[in-house]
Amino acid sequence: MKARITVTLKPSVLDPQGKAIEGALHALEVPGIKGVRQGKVFDIDMDDMAADAATTTLKAAAEKLLANLIVETYRIELV
Amino acid sequence: MKAAIITFPGSNREGDVFRALADVTGHKPVHVWHADYELPAGTDLVVLPGGFSYGDYLRCGAIAGRAHIMQAVKAHAARGGLVLGICNGFQILVESGLLPGVLMRNANLRFVCRMQHLRVERTDTPFTRAYQPHQVIKVCIAHGEGNYIADDETMARLEGEGLVAFRYCDGAGMVGGAANPNGSLHDIAGIYASDRRVLGLMPHPENLIDPLVGGIDGRGLFKSLLAA
Repeated sequence: MKARITVTLKPSVLDPQGKAIEGALHALEVPGIKGVRQGKVFDIDMDDMAADAATTTLKAAAEKLLANLIVETYRIELV
Repeated sequence: MKAAIITFPGSNREGDVFRALADVTGHKPVHVWHADYELPAGTDLVVLPGGFSYGDYLRCGAIAGRAHIMQAVKAHAARGGLVLGICNGFQILVESGLLPGVLMRNANLRFVCRMQHLRVERTDTPFTRAYQPHQVIKVCIAHGEGNYIADDETMARLEGEGLVAFRYCDGAGMVGGAANPNGSLHDIAGIYASDRRVLGLMPHPENLIDPLVGGIDGRGLFKSLLAA
């Protein structure tokens, strides 16, 4: 089975990279951009298991390594 | 003084810190590989050197901070052993949880590589006893992710308990403003754990031990450790 974990900075944390990208998009005159926050996406291939068990496993992956919970949050999707 | 330098894939300052320790303390440190499970018996000091462990993949220090050897480093710290993390080593210490907070991308997004003044915040620790109170030292910095951030509660604790080790300042000792190279909160260049036996700092004292390369202000840190 496949899953996706998306890690993003908490809203309270400044994201200078996102700001720089936002500035570049404005410079390119892409219309309607109000803000950009950069994050990370992890596409994960895993053993087949019940959704509950998969979520537990992915939560462990996110909290043990993929996200730094001091400044980041994560979202799990089973696909 | 028995020191162990942990080398991770991508560390690159282990030779510099070896030389600094050997020159200043007269004792040759031991190199330890990250995949080892144990520190050499009788280790007094563990050093996590600078570099780019695991190519800075995921987050700086994130993967190294979870290496096998870090369990042994945590046990060493828990029994009061000394731990020194420099630059990437500081990033590894915060990622492993041995020090609080996080080191984010420099506020101006630039990798900074230059000489930098620091103010020594206290001199009653195993790492700073050879310096004078509030001495201004000149060392070098070379990092892209040195912007120290922590929540309000942690910042209050660091300040309240005197756990800030070094702050960025100018040559006259004025802290902050343009002297802050990376946006760190409270101009923090280095912090201690609660018992002040674990130190993480972004600057590189190990590169300022020989007049040939521009100064010897880094020697004090290693001299301090000799007496520890």
